[in-house]
Amino acid sequence: MAISIVIVLLVIGSLIFHYVSPWWFTPLASNWGAIDDTINITLWVTGVVFVLVSLFLAYVVFRFQYNKNRRAHYEPENKKLEGWLTAITALGVAAMLAPGLFVWGSFITVPDESDVFEAVGQQWHWSFRLPGDDGKLGRTAIQLISERNPFGLDINDPSGQDDILILSNEMHIPIERSVKVLLRSKDVLHNFAVPQFRVKMDLVPGAVTYLWFKPTKIGRYEILCEELCGVAHYTMRGHVVVDSAEDYQKWLSEQQTFAQSMALPLGDLDKGRQIYAGCISCHGPKGEGNESLNAPRLAGMSSWYIKRQLAYFQKKIRGTESNDTFGQLMSRMSTLLPDQSAINDVAFYINSLVPDEAEHSSIGDLVKGKQLYSTCSFCHGEQAQGNFAMNAPKLSGQHDWYLSRQLKSYKNGTRGNHPFDLYGSQMMLMSRLLHDEQDITDVISYIGTLDKGLLGKASLSKGSLPKSTLPKGSAETDSSDTASLKKSD
Amino acid sequence: MTQTTHTAIADQVDDSHHPQSFISKYIWSQDHKVIAIQYSITAIGVGLVALVLSGMMRLQLGFPDQFSFIDPSSYLQFVTMHGMIMVIYLLTALLLGGFGNYLIPLMIGARDMVFPYLNMLSYWTYLLAVIVLLASFFVSGGPTGAGWTLYPPQAILNGTPGADNGIVFMLISLAIFIVAFTMGGLNYVTTILQARAKGMTLMRMPLTVWGIFVATILGLLAFPALLVSAIMMLFDKLVGTSFFMPAILSLGENIDYKGGSPILFQHLFWFFGHPEVYIVALPAFGMVSDVIATHARKNIFGYRMMVWAIIAIGGLSFVVWAHHMYVSGMNPYFGFFFATTTLIIAVPTAIKVYNWLLTLWQGNIHLTIPMLFAIGFIFTFTHGGLTGLMLGNVVVDLPLSDTYFVVAHFHMVMGVSPVMVLFAAIYHWFPKVSGKFLHTGLGKVHFWGTFLGTYAIYLPMHYLGFLGVPRRYYAMGTTDFIPESAQALNASITISAIIVGVIQLVFVFNVIWSVFKGKKAGDNPWNSTTLEWQTSQTPPVHGNWGPSLPVVHRWAYDFSVPGVKDDFIPQNVHPDQVIMLEKEDGAEMVKGAENEEGMQNNKSGDIT
Amino acid sequence: MTFFRELTDKPWLTEYVPLELTETKAESNELPAKTALKFFLVVVTVLFVLFTITFLSRSQANDFQALSGEPWLPFTDASQLWINTTILLFAGVCMQLTVFFLKKEQINRFILLISCGCLLSCLFIFGQINVWQQLYYAGFALTENPANSYFYLLTGIHGLHIIGGVLALSYVVFQFWLKNNKKRLLDNLTLCTVYWHYLFVVWLFLFALLTGNTATYKSIALFCGF
Repeated sequence: MAISIVIVLLVIGSLIFHYVSPWWFTPLASNWGAIDDTINITLWVTGVVFVLVSLFLAYVVFRFQYNKNRRAHYEPENKKLEGWLTAITALGVAAMLAPGLFVWGSFITVPDESDVFEAVGQQWHWSFRLPGDDGKLGRTAIQLISERNPFGLDINDPSGQDDILILSNEMHIPIERSVKVLLRSKDVLHNFAVPQFRVKMDLVPGAVTYLWFKPTKIGRYEILCEELCGVAHYTMRGHVVVDSAEDYQKWLSEQQTFAQSMALPLGDLDKGRQIYAGCISCHGPKGEGNESLNAPRLAGMSSWYIKRQLAYFQKKIRGTESNDTFGQLMSRMSTLLPDQSAINDVAFYINSLVPDEAEHSSIGDLVKGKQLYSTCSFCHGEQAQGNFAMNAPKLSGQHDWYLSRQLKSYKNGTRGNHPFDLYGSQMMLMSRLLHDEQDITDVISYIGTLDKGLLGKASLSKGSLPKSTLPKGSAETDSSDTASLKKSD
Repeated sequence: MTQTTHTAIADQVDDSHHPQSFISKYIWSQDHKVIAIQYSITAIGVGLVALVLSGMMRLQLGFPDQFSFIDPSSYLQFVTMHGMIMVIYLLTALLLGGFGNYLIPLMIGARDMVFPYLNMLSYWTYLLAVIVLLASFFVSGGPTGAGWTLYPPQAILNGTPGADNGIVFMLISLAIFIVAFTMGGLNYVTTILQARAKGMTLMRMPLTVWGIFVATILGLLAFPALLVSAIMMLFDKLVGTSFFMPAILSLGENIDYKGGSPILFQHLFWFFGHPEVYIVALPAFGMVSDVIATHARKNIFGYRMMVWAIIAIGGLSFVVWAHHMYVSGMNPYFGFFFATTTLIIAVPTAIKVYNWLLTLWQGNIHLTIPMLFAIGFIFTFTHGGLTGLMLGNVVVDLPLSDTYFVVAHFHMVMGVSPVMVLFAAIYHWFPKVSGKFLHTGLGKVHFWGTFLGTYAIYLPMHYLGFLGVPRRYYAMGTTDFIPESAQALNASITISAIIVGVIQLVFVFNVIWSVFKGKKAGDNPWNSTTLEWQTSQTPPVHGNWGPSLPVVHRWAYDFSVPGVKDDFIPQNVHPDQVIMLEKEDGAEMVKGAENEEGMQNNKSGDIT
Repeated sequence: MTFFRELTDKPWLTEYVPLELTETKAESNELPAKTALKFFLVVVTVLFVLFTITFLSRSQANDFQALSGEPWLPFTDASQLWINTTILLFAGVCMQLTVFFLKKEQINRFILLISCGCLLSCLFIFGQINVWQQLYYAGFALTENPANSYFYLLTGIHGLHIIGGVLALSYVVFQFWLKNNKKRLLDNLTLCTVYWHYLFVVWLFLFALLTGNTATYKSIALFCGF
C-alpha cells in the first residue's frame, strides 16, 4: 500500500521537479537547435514511458496485494501480448533514433564554407591558432614546442608563417559564420566543450579531432575541459567571444602571426637597464624588493611573466580593485613604459638580475606546508622554480609578505577577478585550497625553504630558443633566458 | 552438453572434503557456501570503504572549501577508487563470487562446484587483489586519481595523483582480479553445464542461474580486454614502450614516447567496460526475477522471453561499447553504428521490465522486504534505463556526456538498481544462509531510507547535468551559465547521500544482530519452488543434499498452479506427489490455462 | 545446435523432458575439466585476438618499423624462430605419444616421453629467450619500436602460457604419484596434450604475425578496415 502511494508521489514529484526547477539547459547560442529538438523528442518518449510504467507498477502492487482468499493467476506466457509490447517498444526506439542519427549526420559533416581555427589544449590551458591569409595551418610537432615557439610550428613550413597565434585562454569568432574547430592536444586528453553551443569533442594527443558550429548570439562563453586531465582539470577554462563582424576584424588585426612572433627580439639589456632606473626607487637596484614600500622582489623573474603583468597593469586588468592600493600604484607606474618594446627590454633586464638570498620570516608548519604545496608543485614546480609551459611564475626567492598578500588577494577576489585576467581565475580557484591564514603561512614557509641553490635561474623549462628542425636526441640542458642568449651570441 | 548431467562431485558424497578443524571449515574451505560468504564479506567490506570515499567526494561538492583534508588530488583519488571498487571489487565480486558461488550448486542440485579447490583459490586470489588495491592507499603519492576509466596518457603521467605508484598497484590488482575471476568463472560455467541434477534441463533452471551463467560468459570474454589494456599500460608505464602513448609533453617537458594511440586504450577498456555493465546487471535481473515470482506467488511471465532476452542482451553488449566514446575523437562514423546497436539493446531490456510487471499482474503480492526492494529496483531501473536511451542516442549525448547527467544515469542503472537487487537477494536468501530471518522493522527502515534517499540523490543530479556541470570537477567556481542555486542542489544531494550512507549501518547492524538473535526460519520460509530451499538442513551442510541428490520434475516457477492445494510446487516434487484441491476448483484451472494451448492437458497430466 | 534447440523448450510443460531420457543420455558426458579447458582456451584466444587487433592498429602508425622485409632486419632470416617452432612441435608430438603409450601401458616409454615433452617445452622457452638476447644485442631493444615491443610482449605472454602448462603438467604427475589414479592421469594428460597443440597453433599464428613485413600489415589492416 505505502509503496504504491510512494511511487505515485515520486512520479508526480519528478514531474513537478521537472517543470518547476530552474535548472535546465543554458540558452542556446549556436545553430544546434536540432540537438535541443532531439533531446526534447527523446525526453518526451522516455518521460511518457517512465510515467506509464511507474504508474502501472504502483497500480499493480496496490491492486494485487496479498489476500489470503485469492490465488495468483497462472499464465506462463502470452505470445501475442509480448509481441505487441516488443513491436511498440521497437517503434518508440526507432522514433528516437531516426532524428538522432539524422542530426548526427549533420554534426559530422562540416559545411564547405566554414572558417577554421585550431584550439590547442595543454595541462591546464587553452591557446588558439588561425590559419592566416593562406587559409592553411602550418605543420606542427610536439618536439618543436619551446618557450619561443609554444605551438610547435615547423619554421620551414611556409604555410605556417602567417598563422595567427593566440597565446591566451580567450578566442574570438565572428557571429553567424560556421566555424570548424580543429582540436589538438599537447599532452593528455582534454575536451572542448561550450555548454551554450551544445557540442563537445575530446582533444587527443597524436591526433586532430574536430567539431563545428555556427554561433548565433554575441557574447562571451566559457570553454570547459570535460575530459579528466589531471589535478587542475577543473581550472582548465577558456572563453570563446562571439563578436560582430567589425569587432572581430578589429580584434584580429591586433593579433600576431607566427613570423612576427619569431621576429620579436628577446630584449636589449642596456635599454632595459635604463628603463629599470625608474623602478629602482621601489623595487631596488638589484630588483630585491622592499617591504616598507610594498614592492615585490623582481630579480630573476621570467620575462614572460613580467611582460604579462606589466601589460595587465597597463590595460587596467590588474590593480583596479578599490582595495588594491599597491596594485593601483603599480598600475599608474606602468603607464610610464611607452610601448611593447620597452616592456620587452625591461622584462629582459629584470630576468637577468641576480638577486641576493632572500630572508624569510614566516614560521609555519613545514610538514603541513609541504603537503599543501604538493598541489601547487604541479604547475609552479617541485622547487617553486616556475614553468612557462604551465603559465606558472617562479615563487622561490619571493618575499613572504608579498606571496601572502597575493594569495589573500586571490582568495578574496582582489586579484584575478577581472574577466580578462585569463590566468588569474585559475589561481582564484586554487587559492581556495588554503582554508585559513595558518595554511597560507605554512605553505609560504615551505616555499621559503625551496630557494637555496636556485637563485638566478629564471626557469627550468627546456629550450628557450626556437628550433627549426626536430631535435635528434633530447640532449637539452636547463637554461634560463639569459643563458640561452649568451649561447646564441 | 545440453542434457542433464552429473559428475563425480555431483553424484558422490565425498567424505574426504568434509571439514575437520575450524581452519579447514571456515578459512581454507572448499565448500562453495563458505567461499561465497568469504567473497560476500570481503566485497561488502571493501564496498563500505568505497561508500565512505563517495561520502568524502560529496562533502567537497556539497560544501566546497569546508574540509581541508580534501584537496584536488585526494578528490580525484576518491573518485577513482570509489568507482573502481564499486564496479569491480564490490558488484562483480559480490554478484558472481558471492551469490554465484552460493546459489549455483544449490539451485541446480549439485553438491558443490565441480572444481572446489580452484574455487577456493579464486577467493584467495581475489582477496590478494583487494589487498593490493587497498595497499595503494599507503604508497607514496597515494592511489591513482586517473578516474576509474584509467585513460592514458594522463593515468601514467605526472600531473595526475598516484601516477608514480598508485596506477601500478591498480593495474596489478586488476590483473590479479582477472585471474581470480577467470578461475571462478570457468568453475561456474562448467558447473552449470555439467553438474545439474537429473531432470534439470537448461530451460528449467531458475533465471538467477541463467543470469549468472550468461554474465559469467560475458566476464570470461570481456575481462581479457581489460587484462590486455592493463598489461600494455604497465609496459608503457614501467618499461617505456609506446603502445598507448603518442609524442607528448608532460607538464611542459618533452618525454620519450611517440606514435601510440590513447583511443586504442579506450576501445579496449570499453570493450571490457560495457559488458561489465551487464556482468553486473544480468545476475541482478535473474535474482530479482526469482524474488518477484516467489513473493508474488506467481510464475514468471514469459520465462522463455526472459531467457532469450538475457542471452540477447549478453550478445549485444559486445557490440555497443563505443557509445561510451561518442565524443572521444574516434572515427565519427562509428556513431551511427553504435547508436543503433545501443538503442536496439533497449528492446530486450524493456521486455524484461514488462515481464516483471506482468508477473506482478494478477499475482498475490506479499510486500515483504525482498519484494519492496524488488519493486524499488523496477522503479529505479526503469528510470535509469530510460536516461540510458537518452545518452545512447548519439546526438543527445553531445551536450550531456561528461556531465552529471552521465553520473546520475549510471548510478541509477548500475549503482542503485543492482544494489536494490543485492539487498532484495540478501533479505531473500539470508534465511537459507544463516537459518534466521533478517529483522523486518530494521529492514523497512533500511528500504525506505535507501529507496527514497537514493532517488533524492540522483533525480536532482540529472538536472545538474542538464545545466552542464561537468563531472570530475573538484569545484565549479563561478561561471556565467550555472546559477548560484545549483549549489543548493549540490548541498541537498550531499545531505541525502550522507543519510543513505548512514542508513547502510542499519543494514550492517541488522545482519550482525540477526545472525545471533534473528527469528528462526525453517527450510523453506518463503514457500519457494527452487531447489536451494529444498535442502534437508538449513543452513545446508557440506555436500548440500545428504545421501541422495534431488531429482527435478518441473520448472522453477510452479506457483499457484490451478487445481493444486498449495500455491507452490517445489521443483523436486514428483507429479504423483502433488496434492490436489477438491473437484469444484476445476473450472478455475481451465481458465488459468486458456492462454497456452495444450497446457491444460499437460497440467492435468501432471496433476492426476 | 542442441543448446539452441533446447532454448525453445516450454519448461512449464512438465512432460516435455521425460526423466528416463535424461538418465540414458547421462553417460555421454564429457569431463568437467574438458569443458573448463574449452572455455579456458576461448578466453586465451580472446586475449591473443585482442592483442592482435591492437597490434594491427598500432602497425599503421608512422613510427612502426616491421621486423622483416629488409636485409638488415632480424626476421628477414627467421631461422632461429624456425628452430624454436620445431622444438615446440616435437614437444607437442611427445605429449601426444605420452597419451598413446599410457593407453598401451608402456610405462617406461611414457616416462621417457613425458620428460621429453617437458624438456622440449623448456628448451623452447630458452630458445625464445635466446632470440630476445639476439634481438637486444642487434639493437632491437624493447622500447626502440612498437614492433619490437610487441615481439617481446607477445612471445613473453605465449611463453608464460607454456610455463603455466609445464606447471600444470607437473601438478598432474604429482597427483598421480600421490593417488596413483591412472584413469585420472590419462584424462588430464589428454587435456594437457590439447593445450600443447593449442599453444603450438597460437605460436604459429604469432610467428606469422610478428615476422610480417610492412606491406603485409598494410594489406591486413586495409582488409580489416583500420
